[in-house]
Amino acid sequence: MELDTALLSRLQFAFTVSFHIIFPSITIGLATLIAIWEGLWLKTHDPRYLQLAKFWIKPFAITFGMGVVSGIVLSYEFGTNFSKFSDIVGPVLGPLMAYEVLTAFFLEAGFLGVMLFGWQRVGRKLHFFATVTVAVGTWISAFWIIVANSWMQTPQGYTIVDGQFHVASWFEVIFNPSMPYRLSHMLLASLITATFVVAGVCAYYLLKKQHVAFAKKGLSMTMWIALILTPLQAYIGDHHGLNVKQYQPTKLAAMEGIWPAEEERVPLLLFAMPNMETESNDFELGIPSLGSLILTHSFDGAVQGLKAVPPEDRPNVPLVFWSFRVMVGLGFGMIALAFIALWLRKRSTLFENKPFLAALALFTPSGVISVLAGWYVVEVGRQPWLVYNLVRTSDVVSPLPAERVLFTLIGFVVIYTLLLGVYLYFMRKLIKKGPPSMAHLEQQLIGMKAPGYALAWVKNLKHEEGEK
Amino acid sequence: MDLILFYFLILGFAVLMYVLLDGFDLGIGILYPWFDREGERDHLMRSISHVWDGNETWLVFGGVVLFAAFPAAYAGILSTFYLPIILMLFALIFRGVAFEYRFKAHRSRPYWDLAFSAGSATAAFCQGLILGSIVQGVNADQISEASWYWLSPFAILTGFSVMAGYALLGASYLYMKSRSRIQQHAAHLAKRLLVIVMLAMLTVSLWTVLSSDNIRTRWFDGLNFLYLSPLPIVSCLLAFLAWRGFNNNAHEARPFWFVTGIFALGFAGLVVSLFPYLIPNQLTIWDAAAPDSSLKFLLVGILIFIPLILAYTFWGYRVFAGKVEDYQEGY
Repeated sequence: MELDTALLSRLQFAFTVSFHIIFPSITIGLATLIAIWEGLWLKTHDPRYLQLAKFWIKPFAITFGMGVVSGIVLSYEFGTNFSKFSDIVGPVLGPLMAYEVLTAFFLEAGFLGVMLFGWQRVGRKLHFFATVTVAVGTWISAFWIIVANSWMQTPQGYTIVDGQFHVASWFEVIFNPSMPYRLSHMLLASLITATFVVAGVCAYYLLKKQHVAFAKKGLSMTMWIALILTPLQAYIGDHHGLNVKQYQPTKLAAMEGIWPAEEERVPLLLFAMPNMETESNDFELGIPSLGSLILTHSFDGAVQGLKAVPPEDRPNVPLVFWSFRVMVGLGFGMIALAFIALWLRKRSTLFENKPFLAALALFTPSGVISVLAGWYVVEVGRQPWLVYNLVRTSDVVSPLPAERVLFTLIGFVVIYTLLLGVYLYFMRKLIKKGPPSMAHLEQQLIGMKAPGYALAWVKNLKHEEGEK
Repeated sequence: MDLILFYFLILGFAVLMYVLLDGFDLGIGILYPWFDREGERDHLMRSISHVWDGNETWLVFGGVVLFAAFPAAYAGILSTFYLPIILMLFALIFRGVAFEYRFKAHRSRPYWDLAFSAGSATAAFCQGLILGSIVQGVNADQISEASWYWLSPFAILTGFSVMAGYALLGASYLYMKSRSRIQQHAAHLAKRLLVIVMLAMLTVSLWTVLSSDNIRTRWFDGLNFLYLSPLPIVSCLLAFLAWRGFNNNAHEARPFWFVTGIFALGFAGLVVSLFPYLIPNQLTIWDAAAPDSSLKFLLVGILIFIPLILAYTFWGYRVFAGKVEDYQEGY
């Protein structure tokens, strides 16, 4: 078989970026939760909040580390594998990414050391400030990278000079039409991802009857958060979809499996096997007109289909179609769990209902999987373009010998598989070990010169723990 | 001032910051096999576990400045040095995760030790390899994504030189942050490394002067050598002072700063040799520069944020000032 550099480079980028996004989608939300817990502890001195912050900071640290090492790869991979792309869009994307480093990466790295290791070396408020700064850093980082990605989806504010993109208006580049939707969708997704990771672990503890008081606090809190954020996410997702329909109709057609060049009364497909050869769906099962209602907010609204563009301008339809369904399906699952939690809470059985707790434990990685699926919709749906309708992916790949790319691709697959295994192993180990004991927190508080009543509260809980 | 020249300086600043900061923590990884007593490796790791991430951020910053200000050079250099760059990234991955996992591991600890030391050494070697190949330069028709010219004897020499240099930085950092046996051992290693590094710098300098007409003219044309002579002379002086510092631990921090000075001067010499090329004889900073609209936009951010970054980075080091033994276990 003839090796194809372009295909290998794309596979490698897809693989490395997929691996990377797992970690920031957890850390953006988790940093925020840890900052909230630490803040609540400072305000109330309830030791449970400190326990939550102190426990989750460890999974946060290893997740963050994984994000850092896999992220460095990406900042170099544009140049190594897509050299022509780097050259022609460098004037647009380069400064955006430089701003990400200047305003986010340094900030996170600069305060992470204090956040992780500085509990005893700086004051409590300064430590809280460091934690908040790291959380804010993750948000800023998300902002810039979403700006860069959104510009590739909905480019504007540029002129083309000798084949290179020059910026005519930075305001237009940054506030391009899809950016606000993608940014809010992704930030919410990260918060929800972390929320379900925390909730899943708490549910696991409750099922095992371990660290019960700690798990109750965490579960109760995360289920309130989920109740607010998951419906909000569905609302924002809907608007994001309308934005895609307006600016990237071909991607939307792939998401919904719509083939005719223009179709009215579009059904909502529950199941289908999009077939790119026959340009139609096999085994289609749908609800008539519901697609039109969702997409155009009217029962007979018309939607542009895949056949409106030639076959070479269409993305891989089944991949986009099914990724979209995985994302939406898990999303509805999370909404359902949040509302069931509310109902159980009213009946005061939130912490005892075994099927619910088991479902929640099973949903621990649901956020991560949805985020991945969602990004497949975004990125595969943009193909065959790198910059939508302007730069074709196949035209801008580095002319590398294919066997070198194959060699590095295999290297990445081997190393990342190993790392993922190690990551999961250590996450499991941390979860098995459980939160720090009250006795341990007492020692820490003495080192932190915490006020007397905070210490007394911890001692109280320590005795309760001891009696059990 | 010329905006493009300013960006050349910023790029140089980013690379120098990276070489100095990640230099010492990669260096500690390289020295790892020479410390194997109980607790010594814990000590080495803990001396840098709070700073490695920030240090490595300068590498990312260097990369994105190149991308933003000189996109043609970013594209050309990265794709030409495809294999050494990806290998360096692999190595950085291993050493980076070792920080997170080593302390939490029990049975697998030897593997994380290996990941940390081999990763650090490989990353340093690859950086030297790339640096050497850029300095050496070749004819335009020899440079392509398919060539192997980065695997020349000269590049291999610079690869090992950079390893030795980082190890020297690491040893001087340890000398500053440690007490008793670790400190003495660091001084012992540092003195040997100082000799190796000075010899390597001499060899590399002579080699480039003999093999490259441009570099020879730059250094020896007219009175140039007179103006440039402070670079080698002050380097030798600093090496002498560092040597004395390692023999007398009354001033434990000084040798680190002397060694830093040697690196800064060596780097200045490199810039003198290369300027105004980003890829010798092929691509000057003016050929590769991004349009003004991009350079001006980023300029604002650089002027505001670089001073801030330097301030809070400095603060971060201050929080963990003093000897490693005095740190309390963190999280």
